[in-house]
Amino acid sequence: MSEMTPQAEQPILVARNLARYFDVSRPWLNRVIEGQPRLILKAVDGVDFAIRRGETLSLVGESGCGKSTVARLVVGLYRPSKGSIAFEGVDLASLNSRAKMQPVRRRFQMIFQDPYASLNPRWRVADIIAEPIRAHRILTDRAQIRRRVDELLRFVGLSPADGEKFPHEFSGGQRQRISIARALSSNPDFLVCDEPTSALDVSVQAQILNLMKELQRELGLTYLFISHNLAVVYHISDRVGVMYLGRLVELADVEALFAQPQHPYTRMLLDAIPDLEMSGRPRTPVAGEVPNPLNPPSGCAFHPRCPYANERCKRERPEFKPAPAGGMVACHAVEERRLPEARAVDPPVLPA
Amino acid sequence: MTRAPANRALLDVRNLRVEFPTRRGNLVAVDDISFHIDPGEVLGVVGESGAGKSLTGAAIIGLLDPPGRIAGGEVLLEGRRIDNLGYEQMRRIRGREIGAIFQDPLTSLNPLYTIGRQLVETIQTHLDMNAAQARAHAVKLLQEVGIPAADRRIDHYPHQFSGGMRQRVVIALALCANPRLVIADEPTTALDVSIQAQIITLLKRLCREHGTAVMLVTHDMGVIAETADRVAVMYAGRIAEIGPVRDVIKQPKHPYTVGLMGSIPKITRRDERLAQIDGSMPRLNAIPPGCAFNPRCPRVFARCHVERPDLIDVERSRVACWLYDEESPRLRAAGDE
Repeated sequence: MSEMTPQAEQPILVARNLARYFDVSRPWLNRVIEGQPRLILKAVDGVDFAIRRGETLSLVGESGCGKSTVARLVVGLYRPSKGSIAFEGVDLASLNSRAKMQPVRRRFQMIFQDPYASLNPRWRVADIIAEPIRAHRILTDRAQIRRRVDELLRFVGLSPADGEKFPHEFSGGQRQRISIARALSSNPDFLVCDEPTSALDVSVQAQILNLMKELQRELGLTYLFISHNLAVVYHISDRVGVMYLGRLVELADVEALFAQPQHPYTRMLLDAIPDLEMSGRPRTPVAGEVPNPLNPPSGCAFHPRCPYANERCKRERPEFKPAPAGGMVACHAVEERRLPEARAVDPPVLPA
Repeated sequence: MTRAPANRALLDVRNLRVEFPTRRGNLVAVDDISFHIDPGEVLGVVGESGAGKSLTGAAIIGLLDPPGRIAGGEVLLEGRRIDNLGYEQMRRIRGREIGAIFQDPLTSLNPLYTIGRQLVETIQTHLDMNAAQARAHAVKLLQEVGIPAADRRIDHYPHQFSGGMRQRVVIALALCANPRLVIADEPTTALDVSIQAQIITLLKRLCREHGTAVMLVTHDMGVIAETADRVAVMYAGRIAEIGPVRDVIKQPKHPYTVGLMGSIPKITRRDERLAQIDGSMPRLNAIPPGCAFNPRCPRVFARCHVERPDLIDVERSRVACWLYDEESPRLRAAGDE
């Protein structure tokens, strides 16, 4: 898709030092009586990325790494605790009135993971799709809205007659098509897709991924794509960011990341993908588990699971900066060039 | 060729049919399927949601939720029929001879008891051991499934374990009476990829060491490719294709398997478009006549709309598709065009 990206253009969305903390303390009285401290969960803790117009940036990571929180921050479902998000150079936090917010809000939309939960079961499909059109007053004439809804339904591979039905009459894949039609109804440029195919069967997932790629080509959409499935991410992305415990550990072009992963965590994740080609490549399980985010390890959060960790990794948190081999990486070992060639990961010692 | 003599098979399922009676008639969720599992073998059962793969597993261990019921066929474990046993008899087989692992480890463990108590109870139900012996056995099992500090962790409650550790406990629970067969229903679906790899490796190793056969039910072809010896692909309550895992994955025969393999994104090849199968699996009340896959099949011909294909031997696999029937070319020439 790179040939379609206009050269030297300002990114459509920039996140700077983005963070979101959640207060998960016990109630005040318990804290006083039991003498417990406040507990702050740093779901996202200082994330920087920029998304270019027309590209797909994916965020991958295991559950609890903060990737969905980033998605929600970007669309404004959460307010950042720290840092900023700028859309076409405009800081979203500065849009403090509805009048200022609405023209920008219209331009980005979200597709959620579970198409069973994200569609109102009591509304007809046509009304669900028309809601953003009405909310943003893009069209007001009923007949015009109807025509637009029919067009959107055809666009996502459904028929205009489906508009009269209710969500329960559709399969999971069709519902996700309805979600996409709704997201497209306000003519957005930017879609945040939070695990849009995780709840779908693989043959249906292929349909939705193909549809998303076609729509991107035809409408010039920009995607922020959140997924835990590395194969899906490889298929859909231009660039990929890998998250671990609320931070980005690596960000690179998709081909570079999959061919020559830098960060030890990225390498382990890639090694953990099941070998469908049956090439006999031994699948190296990642040792250990994601630590409790309430009490993250000191220094580099990955050090307890990392086969290359040393004293510095335990002490000092690595900065997220350009790596010698390209891309951005947060790893002392990469910076000090003491990692073996990418892909040649020694099997880590397993607890089991 | 894949059909071993029935007397050698550990589990032999013959013409199994599972129905759900409803006000509008019977829904047939598993429709006349037959397969076997040899001792120590890992049979993968793969399919999309609603294909009937989990119900097949549940029917074998007698855990079908009412009103679902076995409406036909038989299930033989080491030559003995187990589908018509009473509740008490079946309860003794479950755990002792057939272990079960389910998708969500939280629902298979009782949150009110320590895992030690649950393990000891299961061990004492099935094996002749006193409390101290059972506890020692439980600690040994926990060590075997890779739980650190097992002698301390045994007194913890399920909520004190992470998802991956819980699934290890469930595996220990399933293997504690040394069953001959384990039915694992989506054992890694609720887990992250890194933990998934750990659990699959563990399950494979333990079953090899104990000589346990596994029926591995999953929707994840990757897990099947790594684990199974043979694989059965299910579609709309029937087996579409069954054969050695390498054949099914590398040279799928049934058009559904071909489409399924093509639609999986791979990290070795980046295509602009994934091969896709249009449409979705029919609902149970609207299964088309003939081959259930015919509305989505790219190679459909007249016979597929009329006659339902049974499994036909093709090389080392068995495939339920008229493309592989000797009669078809003649019928096709006469019927089409």
